[in-house]
Formats: sequence, structure tokens, C-alpha cells
Amino acid sequence: MNKPLRRVAVFCGLLVLALLARVNYVQFVQADQLANDTHNRRVAINQYAQPRGDIVVDGKPVTGHTTTSGSDFKYKRTYTDGPMWAPVTGHASQAFGTSFLEGVEDKFLTGNDDRLFFNRTIDLLTGKQKQGGNVVTTLNAKAQEAAFKGLGNKKGAVAAIDPRTGAILAMASTPSYDPSTIAGNSTTDETNWVNLQKKADSDDPMLNRAIRQTYPPGSTFKLVTAAAALQSGKITDVDKGTQSPDPYPLPGTTINLVNEGSIPCKDASLRQALQYSCNTVFGKLGADMGLKTMVDEAEQFGFNKEQLVPVRVDASNFDTKMSPDQVAQSSIGQFDTAATPLQMAMVASAIANNGTLMQPYEVDRLVAPNLSTIAQTSPKKLSEPLSPENAQKLQSMMETVVDKGTGTNAKIPGVRVGGKTGTAQNGLNNAGKPYAWFVSYAMTDQGSPVAVAVVVEDGSANRDDISGGGLAAPIAQKVMEAVLNK
Amino acid sequence: MSASNTTTITSIGAPNRRNTELALLVFAVAIPVFAYINVGLAKNDSVPAGLLGYGVGLGVLAGGAHLLVRKFAPYADPLMLPIATLLNGLGLVLIWRLDQEPSITTPALGGPMAPKQLMWSAVGLALFVIVLIFLKDHRILQRYTYISMFTAMVLLVLPIFFPGVNGAKIWITLPGIGSLQPGEFAKIVITVFFAGYLMVKRDALALASRRFMGLYLPRGRDLGPILVIWLMSMLILVFETDLGTSLLFFGLFVIMLYVATERTSWIVFGLLLSGAGAAVVGTSEPHVKIRVDNWLHPLKLAANGGVTETAQSQYAFGSGGIFGSGLGQGYSRLIGGIAPKSDYILSTVGEELGLAGLMAVLLLYALLIERGMRTALAARDPFGKLLAVGLSGAFALQVFVVAGGVTGLIPLTGMTMPFLAQGGSSVIANWALVAILLRISDTARRPAPSPAPSPDAEATQVVRSQ
Repeated sequence: MNKPLRRVAVFCGLLVLALLARVNYVQFVQADQLANDTHNRRVAINQYAQPRGDIVVDGKPVTGHTTTSGSDFKYKRTYTDGPMWAPVTGHASQAFGTSFLEGVEDKFLTGNDDRLFFNRTIDLLTGKQKQGGNVVTTLNAKAQEAAFKGLGNKKGAVAAIDPRTGAILAMASTPSYDPSTIAGNSTTDETNWVNLQKKADSDDPMLNRAIRQTYPPGSTFKLVTAAAALQSGKITDVDKGTQSPDPYPLPGTTINLVNEGSIPCKDASLRQALQYSCNTVFGKLGADMGLKTMVDEAEQFGFNKEQLVPVRVDASNFDTKMSPDQVAQSSIGQFDTAATPLQMAMVASAIANNGTLMQPYEVDRLVAPNLSTIAQTSPKKLSEPLSPENAQKLQSMMETVVDKGTGTNAKIPGVRVGGKTGTAQNGLNNAGKPYAWFVSYAMTDQGSPVAVAVVVEDGSANRDDISGGGLAAPIAQKVMEAVLNK
Repeated sequence: MSASNTTTITSIGAPNRRNTELALLVFAVAIPVFAYINVGLAKNDSVPAGLLGYGVGLGVLAGGAHLLVRKFAPYADPLMLPIATLLNGLGLVLIWRLDQEPSITTPALGGPMAPKQLMWSAVGLALFVIVLIFLKDHRILQRYTYISMFTAMVLLVLPIFFPGVNGAKIWITLPGIGSLQPGEFAKIVITVFFAGYLMVKRDALALASRRFMGLYLPRGRDLGPILVIWLMSMLILVFETDLGTSLLFFGLFVIMLYVATERTSWIVFGLLLSGAGAAVVGTSEPHVKIRVDNWLHPLKLAANGGVTETAQSQYAFGSGGIFGSGLGQGYSRLIGGIAPKSDYILSTVGEELGLAGLMAVLLLYALLIERGMRTALAARDPFGKLLAVGLSGAFALQVFVVAGGVTGLIPLTGMTMPFLAQGGSSVIANWALVAILLRISDTARRPAPSPAPSPDAEATQVVRSQ
């Protein structure tokens, strides 16, 4: 009987071996995947097992934490001025995950980031509780407040950039929400969450309109067309008359492109055309330069590409396949052209920064709990859409717009301000309410410290330039003042 | 060696190794005590209040058992008692640790279970001692072959008349005592029956067969009992929806048949029959079907969008990683219900002690099984051999089926991890199982009685070279 007995013993050994192989597979090979699975509640528990680090603006945290009881989660996020900062901070919710900076820098805020390993080890040895790192933003609290208050109860968004570095100074979006109300995992939080969804609230308060919504840029896009005309050599003297008919028959069609109201656009110079916002001049310019020149210039400014600031910014759109008449329409910001407010702020900032476009960013540095800097963002050049000479020509044109054109509402005494208004038609046959745009920059002796783009949905007035100048320009002016008076 | 005993057969057998057992027992008690302190520190930042009672209690129980082994089974295997004590002690700590989780220790789920488990462990150890004292020789069990068969049948059939729990009818409820899992006891009783029956019939089964396609086909009348057992295991599967027990009994019978007859054809038959049965039941029985489905897609969400127990246990294993989160610092309670204390207790081991701890626990089981197999090899009588291989084989199958099910190697079945999992019947039955194995090993390792002094010893004296 011993021979089969030995075989049975070997068989039992194989059974145990199979078990050992299996547990090695599950706990070693698959371990990471299982431990970080989205349905593994431990991920969320660990996320809130210690106070999250703070998101800091101007040296002051805009976030905080409280302890909660009666659930798996020990700490809950709180927000100061939640609605104002929500487009920047996003939310960190025990039940509904994270978004924006809370999401992108989640690992650092929870203290799980590898770069905090050393700090964690020291804390472990000294018996201190694990702590999250802080995220120091580039935002300017006064500018943000000016933007948020300026938008008030209107629907819209503001993006402001320091053109010299690309640092984002303001990012406001209305209507907004208070992320504190959805930070926990109680039934109240759940009700709040459901009510904030687009399904329940057509205003979609959780949408960050500054970076996640693209609008037809309307006349503000004429800045890009003007830049293309200067860069391509199509126009060298901005005060020399162009040969432009009024109205301008769109090439290959029987449709006439017209101007809003009775403005002097026939054969206008580029400066005049921008000052009065002539559709005919810029439409013809775009069609004459052709698709490739326009696409190249738009992409130099950042169109057709997602940006990471480090929060993802939706790609703005300038079609790459169009017929000449479509190019003409696109060149005045209509047809399929679409831009985020941040994208238009980038256009203004490139012009203000003498032609150099800096990569926009909103995180200045990551700071460990012991206040040592773990990572510092250094300004980076993104592209050079304009030569310095051409940029200065465009600056002087934009300043004309503010001095005596459609953007007089943005004037700031004693400061050079350049701007461009826009009212974009929305929907088929203008069915939707138009969007009022204003993009501008302010200039001081040390270059331009701020470029800003404002969009207000529901610009209900009829005339193109009055609504952009009337609704959006005052907000841009307040934001620029906030930065300048700092 | 005295001059009066100069035969070439020495009467000196293996050393009895009782001191080894004592030394190992010290570890087997110390490790759970440290684990207990560890849980207390992790959960409440203080040494648990019941430490002295638990430590002294476990020590006294293990020490007492050791003294009785010393007295009644002096040559018994020295590893089995320490391993069983260690596993039982660790199980108690794990259950006590899970008792600290309010969400799975609600009154509706039976409240804290560690005290009851401690009581059942004591009862188990008492049974262990009783078996050692009263079962002077395992061959006595041979007399009860047919009584065992009858008892096993009754034990297996009983749960059909009681309501099912969590889809499996493996419980009987006795008023005043609580619920019992007769399958655990049936496991031992049926092994006694198989051993007795096969010892008598082994020649008929092995030799009276025709050769067909390279296999020895047994005669119909010898095939009968196999078909009966197969049918019975299928009936258990169908009526009690207990995949584990039916697999266990059938596997046990095949192993013992193979060892008794030394015919490979029995294994082929066994595999064919169990394969056929599993295929039919696996596709038709909804309860089993769900388990197979859970096994194939462990991370699939439940119908209501929630995370299934299977997935939760996988997450627990994955989150434990190599070294584990530390005792008391895991979240295996997320598995829900009393599952982490019984069905899924290995998930707690995996999460809190990590891959290292889980492998250590599995190796403890492997060691216990190996000692059982060794006992079978060393046993001198066929009944003892069959009984020992049957008991350790059943133990091995149970460990494999449960651990394999929990870790996702095979579909999950409703059996308990011996010694580790919460459950009175299981602890008691497994202590009895270890006691019988110990008794067989004692008989096997006991030195042969000294031959009577031979009158002509002088004439056959071996002349040594130096």
C-alpha cells in the first residue's frame, strides 16, 4: 500500500503548491491592481484617513478639514469661499471622488505621493500622524474675487494669466457650487450631489466654464486673424487701407458677409477694422491667407490641443479642413471655431508678452507638511506666435480699441490697456442667446502683468460690440485693476 | 546493551520526542498571545484586558493536552498537537480581532463570537483528550465499520430537514445547543467506515477485474459501492447545495480506494464520474452556477451595483500585499456579515498578515497533512494506514477546497477552514481528527516489544570487528 500512499502524499503536496502559487499570484502579481481598484473601498478610506493637505492661495489655505464620525472616513474636506474657488480646487468628496486640483494632486494632498516618502518615514519614526502636502497655487485672491463678484449671478467665466510667466491669476466660473456641501458621504451630501448634476440643474454648476467649456469666440478671434496677417507678411502697415469690399461676398457662394450696424469698413485699415470690428475685412483677410496660414497661426496660439495646467483644459477648435468661405467665417470666430476662456486669455497674453506664449499653469509649488518645497513649477515657453515687432503693432491696435473703439469700458486711468470685444452668435440661425466676450491685457513699465478673457453667456443685447463691451469689459477691467493695485 | 539481549534486532525505536513537542507548544502558545497583544495595541492602543485569561487559558489547555499525550500516547507524532494549537490560537485571535468591528458584530449576526469559539475549542481539546484516553488502539474502530456507515448516512441526510442558511443546507439546529454542522463529524465517521470496508474488500476490488483498453475494469458488483457514493455526493450537492462536502466525500473515497487496491483505474473512474457530476450540477443548479460565475468573474459587480463578497475578498488579498497591513489594521470587515469570521477568514489573514503570513499558515496546514501521511506510511496495519490516509486526505481536500475557493483558485464552496474559522462543530471535529491521527502515530512509532531472550543466543552471536 505504500506506493499509492506516496503518490497520494505527493498529490496533497501539489494541492498545497497550487494554493501557494495562487496566493502569490493574487497578493504579489495582482496586488497593486486589486489594491487600487476603483471599487476597493480601502482606496477611499485611506484617502480620508488623515487630514488632506491644503490648497493655498496668496499664502492662505482655501481648504480645511473637520473630523467626521459614524463612517469609515475620519476626515472631511471643508472649503472657505467654496463657490468662488470651486473652479480651481474642484471637490474632494468621501462619496463622489475628486476633481480638478483636488483630483490631479490627490496623491500629494493625501500624503501618498512617492515624493513625500522621506517625510512619511520620518513621521513614522517620530510617531506623528501621516500628513498630506500642500498645493500652493499661482492664483491671485483679489483678482479671483473681482472676477467672481463681477460675474455675479450672470452665467459665464473668467480666466486671467500673467503673460510674462503663464501663471494663472484668476479662474472663475458661474453659476458655481460649494464643494463643502458634497464633501461627506451622508444622505444630505448625496441629495446635494444629485441636485448639482446637469440632469437636475440645467445651469450645470459643477462645470468649469473657464477651461472645460468651449464657446464660439466671435470677434475676439479677429486677434488671431490679425496676427496671422502680420506674421505672414500679408499686411505690414497696420494703418494702410486694405482692399476690402463691404459687404464681402463669401468666395464660391452667393452669400454676402456683412457688418453689424453701419460702421466704416470699406477698404478700412487693419487698425480701423479691429477698432470697429469689421467682419468683412477680417473675413476677406482669412480667406485670402488661406486655410494653412490660419490653422498654423491658431495652433501657435494653442488651438486644437489639450493643455494641462496641470488640470486638463479642453482643446479649443479651429477646423483643419474647410472651404474658402468657411475659412472666411472661421476667421471672424464663427463657423466651427470654438475656444475656452483660458484659450482666449492665452491669445491676449501672447500679444501682451511681445509675441511669446508662456505655458499656463496654476500650481506654483508643492510643499511638504514640514514646509519644504518638493516641486516648483518654472515658467516655460509654449510657442512664439508673433515676432516682437508684430506683437507691438497688434498691441497698439488693441489699445486703440480700448481708447476709442468698442472696448472703452475697460479703460483704466494711467495704464495702457488693450482689448477686443466679441459677441458670438450661438446655435443655428442665432437660435441661442449670444455670448459676450472681452479679452484684454494691461501694460506697465515692467511688461504686462495680466491678460484676461471674460465670457458672459446670455449677452441679450442685439448689437455685437456693445454687448461684449457692455457686459464683459467691466469685469475684465475689475480683474486687471485687482492685479495692478496689488 | 545487556548481555542477555544480544539479538541483531534492536528494541530501540524512534525517540519519543515529547520534549520537542513541549518546546514547539511554547511557541504555539506564545505566537497567538503576541498576536493578541498586537491586535489590542492596533485597535485600542492598549494591551487587551483579557490577555492574562487568554494566555493562561491557552497555555493551560495546551499544557494539559501535552501532559496527557505524554501519559497516553508517548510515542505520538510531536508536531501535530503544536500545529493544531497554533492554528486554533491564531483563529481565536482573528475572530476576536473581527469581533472589534461593530459593523459585523451586530446582535442580528450573533454578536461577538470569540468567547464561544474559545469554549468550543476547550470542548474540542476535551474530546481530543477523551479520544486519547479511551481509544487505546485505533484498530478497535474496525469493529464499528457498519455502525459508522449508518451514522455517517444519518449525519449527512439530517440537514435536509432543517432550513438552509445562505443557500446551503449544511446545518442542523438543536434547541439549547445551537446549530451544528454534521458534515464535519461525518467526515471522520465515514473515513472509519471506508477504512473498515476497504480493508476487507480490497483484494476483491483489486483482483477480480477485467482488462479493457489498458484499464482494469472492476466487476459490476464491486463498482456498486462507488456508484452509491457518487450518487450520494451528488444528492448532497443537489439537496443541500453543498459543493464542498460532496467534493470532499467523493475525493476521499477515490483516494482510499486507490490506496487500498493500488489500481489507477479507480482514479480514472473517480475523475470521470466527478467530472460528469460537476458538469451536470454546475450548469443546472442555480446556487452552484452563481458560485462558478463569481469565480470566473471575481470583480464583476453584483446585480444591484454593489461589490460582491468574492470581489471584496480579492480586494482584501490585494490590499494586504506581501507583508500585510498588520493585525487589526485591515478592512476585511468590508466583506460583510460573519463571512470574514467563517468562510473568508483567510482573507483577513491575507490582508493583515500579508502574503508572508498567509503562506506561513498554508505551510502549517501542509505540515499537518504531511505528518498525517507519514503516519499512514509508518502504520503497520492496513486499517491504520487507510484510516490515517483517509483522515489526512480529507483534511487536505478540505484545506484545498476552502483556501482554493477563498483565493479564487476554484469556485467557492461552503466549508470551514479547519481550526481557523469560526464554528463549533468544525473545531471539535478537527480536534478529534487530530487525536485519532495521534493515536495511530503512537502505535506506529511505538518500538516493537523486545523479543524474548533466546536460549541459543550465544550460538548466533554476531562477532564484532572491534
